[in-house]
Amino acid sequence: MNSRFISAALTSAFVVVAVSASAEIKPADVVWENDIAIPASLTGVPGDPAEGAKVLSARSLGNCVACHQNSAMPDVAFQGNVGPSFDGVGARWSEAELRGIVADAKRAFPESRMPTFYEDDPAAFIRPGDAYTAKAYNPETFSTLLTAQQIEDVVAYLVTLTEY
Amino acid sequence: MKTFTLSKLMASAAICAVALTSAAHADPHPDAELIIDGELKLNVRAEAPAHLDGALPELYSGWLFRTDETRALQMDDFENPAILAVEAGAELWETAQGATDQSCADCHGDAAESMKGVRASMPKVNENGDLWSMEDYVMNCQTTRMEAEPYGWNSSDMRNLTSFISMQSRGMPVDVAIDGAAAPFWEKGKEMYYTRFGQLELSCANCHEDSWGMMIRADHLSQGQINGFPTYRLKNAGMVSIHNRFRGCIRDTRAESFAIGSQEFRELELYVASRGNGLAVEGVAVRQ
Ligand code: HEC
Ligand code: HEC
Repeated sequence: MNSRFISAALTSAFVVVAVSASAEIKPADVVWENDIAIPASLTGVPGDPAEGAKVLSARSLGNCVACHQNSAMPDVAFQGNVGPSFDGVGARWSEAELRGIVADAKRAFPESRMPTFYEDDPAAFIRPGDAYTAKAYNPETFSTLLTAQQIEDVVAYLVTLTEY
Repeated sequence: MKTFTLSKLMASAAICAVALTSAAHADPHPDAELIIDGELKLNVRAEAPAHLDGALPELYSGWLFRTDETRALQMDDFENPAILAVEAGAELWETAQGATDQSCADCHGDAAESMKGVRASMPKVNENGDLWSMEDYVMNCQTTRMEAEPYGWNSSDMRNLTSFISMQSRGMPVDVAIDGAAAPFWEKGKEMYYTRFGQLELSCANCHEDSWGMMIRADHLSQGQINGFPTYRLKNAGMVSIHNRFRGCIRDTRAESFAIGSQEFRELELYVASRGNGLAVEGVAVRQ
């Protein structure tokens, strides 16, 4: 491999990193509106409602149905009722508001029991753990509960829930 | 909070309330009574103690939140799997241990008399001013009086022995002291109860004070009372100690938990026990 090839490869690698870094908005850089809405997409990539539905129901992902009932998913067993039903949620809130609530519900509802899904700073939490191990968090792996794209996917699904 | 968000949320809450009327399964059982073998009635409801300042309208045992099948297991001592632990504990009570070759019974005699009321008052401040759980008292007898190797806090011997001792208070109202020397420990436990631990930022109160009666996925949330401990958990197929339950609940908030037997958990135990003052000690309970 000659040096010109290496530097060309490095340059293109750098470009790829730069593009994804500039496209994905980190939790600390999110721009809020009225302490409830996030107008801009977190990734620039349109959300996939089918993926969002998975994130919503899977225990290992958002597990939103642990607290929210959703009539549009009759096959999903054991839907909780700690939070309001998702029925009509896409009619009640705009896409930007839904993005804000999913990313950090406590902005709009300060005492909410709903977890903050887009926060990667361990200092924001009291005794953050390493997932469900009961052990202290690992600074190398600590991350948001959902990725930026998963949040976009969930929002893309929630906006479809316009029926009560 | 902006008024517009509030009104939208009220709209969804109103709809939620309508939906809930049909989902009566979410409430504690309205009128079930816990009567063991058709003879001994245990109070599974009690007036909320004044120190709760209205945080709970009435106290309910976790028994009232379980399914018909699980509740039935605890109404019959032949069916109740926790009774095996009580029997194993009764044997340990009589077993000589350590350099002094003494058993618990050698000093304390008939547990039905000497241990009556002990569970109902635990944890409590000892003569040195330390807050001790039942496990601490057992370990202290083992090391200082019997000169024996103490059982581990969460060992099966300890769970069996504390099951046997708890059984001697079955039916008595929980009555832990929270004033005097206990007050500073109680305050610390209370602060913990309302601390939102972990990446999910959930406190004990978020689940067991704000949400009892609701469903969190497949789990029917109770008031998180400890009057039934040690408890046989069907899920674990074994006895669970109070501190082990606390550890699990904190772990489930994606938090770094506290250690079983830690000072923090003793203080939390005192506070949680006091939230059940008035409920019957169930001796040994059965839960899902
Ligand atoms: C531990 C409980 C809990 C979990 C888990 C949870 N939520 Fe919530 N959520 C709530 C509560 C409670 C509210 C009501 C707001 C408040 O607290 O006042 C709420 C409100 C909402 C609302 C707006 C309320 C409305 O009008 O319907 C949306 C949208 C929402 N949640 C989406 C989600 C999504 C998406 C997830 C998963 C990625 C999720 N929630 C996970 C508890 C939860
Ligand atoms: C994320 C929700 C959640 C949080 C937070 C939580 N718990 Fe629990 N807890 C549960 C669930 C679910 C159960 C099993 C069903 C029930 O009895 O409520 C349970 C059960 C219990 C029980 C057993 C009750 C019985 O009758 O056997 C106790 C005691 C308890 N919790 C105490 C606590 C304490 C103390 C804390 C805080 C350190 C806490 N919990 C935090 C969800 C939670």
